[in-house]
Amino acid sequence: MTQATDTSSRTRAQIADRTLRKDPWWRAPAITATLLTIWVLYATVHVFLGRWYWVPKYHYLTPFYSPCISGSCATGSASLGTWFGKVPSIIPYALVSLPFVLGFRLTCYYYRRAYYRAFWRAPAACAVREPHKTYTGETRFPLIMQNLHRYFFFAVILISVLNTYDLTQAFRGPNGDFGLGLGTLIMLINVMLLWAYTLSCHSCRHITGGRLRHFSAHPVRYWIWTQVSKLNGRHMQLAWITLGTLMLTDLYIMLVASGAISDLRFYN
Amino acid sequence: MGYQAQLRIWRGDAGRGDLADYKVEVNEGEVVLDVLHRLQATQAGDLAIRWNCKAGKCGSCSMEINGRPRLACMTRMSTFGENETLTITPMRTFPVIRDLVTDVSFNYAKAREIPSFTPDPATKPGEFRMQQVDVNRSQEFRKCIECFLCQNTCHVIRDHTENEGAFAGPRFLMRIAELEMHPADTADRREIAQDDFGLGLCNITKCCTEVCPEHIKITDNALIPMKERVAGRKYDPLVWLGSKIGRRQVKDTPKVPGKK
Repeated sequence: MTQATDTSSRTRAQIADRTLRKDPWWRAPAITATLLTIWVLYATVHVFLGRWYWVPKYHYLTPFYSPCISGSCATGSASLGTWFGKVPSIIPYALVSLPFVLGFRLTCYYYRRAYYRAFWRAPAACAVREPHKTYTGETRFPLIMQNLHRYFFFAVILISVLNTYDLTQAFRGPNGDFGLGLGTLIMLINVMLLWAYTLSCHSCRHITGGRLRHFSAHPVRYWIWTQVSKLNGRHMQLAWITLGTLMLTDLYIMLVASGAISDLRFYN
Repeated sequence: MGYQAQLRIWRGDAGRGDLADYKVEVNEGEVVLDVLHRLQATQAGDLAIRWNCKAGKCGSCSMEINGRPRLACMTRMSTFGENETLTITPMRTFPVIRDLVTDVSFNYAKAREIPSFTPDPATKPGEFRMQQVDVNRSQEFRKCIECFLCQNTCHVIRDHTENEGAFAGPRFLMRIAELEMHPADTADRREIAQDDFGLGLCNITKCCTEVCPEHIKITDNALIPMKERVAGRKYDPLVWLGSKIGRRQVKDTPKVPGKK
């Protein structure tokens, strides 16, 4: 015989502790917050510096200044031409691309997880009580804008094409013929990994085939979806690796451009 | 070689209770559930535990061990130090019936709200043939053993009881995704996933995936794909424009009765 139970009077177990976890759950969000802060500070400083972004001899352009569209850009660095006159460096020279790159990373499903945990502590770690009294998630402005991730993805595809063009230019030596230096290889690795990160995006996975109900009716799209899904499994790693390669590429070009080091040339 | 494990177990009912200390013998190869059964047999005959298969397939023995949502039958004692005190509490998100047993009826209520599988009425039984590539996607979600650890760990309801009405939880958003990805299903649940089942409350921090004993990639394969589908239905200006000029016709599944 079954017995009807009155559930209305029942309450949760009243446990005062924020968490009973004994493992170092705070370590991952602390490391994430530290690394993201360092990266953002570094990028901000160099984006607004307005110098040491272009090596004219070897045609190295840092991705933080691509495309260089300001009239203040150094000769030869403006692959798309200059769109307006000279401006102070407080206005980034690549202002046509940086908001989209930033938007792509900010709305990225992996970075959302990272910064919600690291900075907003919602939650800092699983089964650790968050400090906020109310929670509306991504239902209201501004976080509802996270739904525009796919448009940033489309923009970043174009920016990746531009980065690839910048890379082809880095294969030119001082006299314009083929040349190869350490900077070229660093840019090559960076561009390859940027493509991998961009194509491993969850929006890309959705657009290529995830939105389908019938995989069997679309074998080509299913195959593409399968390949993107393989990359997507490494999205977190690619997100971190590309932050590192972006910083390394920019730092190397900055050091060569400033004259602090000279480029290691393998050919021409 | 056996040893004496130190246990702190939440004892109580209807929310009133406290942690009680015990020392229980542990033998090689045992899991937490074995030790709880020994405690029940030797010292605390009235200790309430829900369990069934002891093989990680029934989803009954969900609890929190050292603060982490786990199945007691799948948590080996060898993963803890012999001098370590194990703190075992009921799942925090659900009301306590007694000791480690919680009332999970919230989940059954949510399950009933989801519009069921809706095949095309023109398709007669036996006519539809489903290919393996289509089966694979939803088959991952069918591995769910309904342990409700994902529901328990999700901060949207764990830390904010005010969201219990608006949020179905990862397990049932995954059910919606499963139906949305089914090739023979004709309903469009994208709008209600957002408005009635609270998909927008999910901030994809992946705790549901972390605790899933079946290793279902709930976030990557169900919640994010569902968020992308909802973005296409509700937040994509090009799709909206297409629907206005008649290029795309959308037939939403009706709102869930009783929902605002």
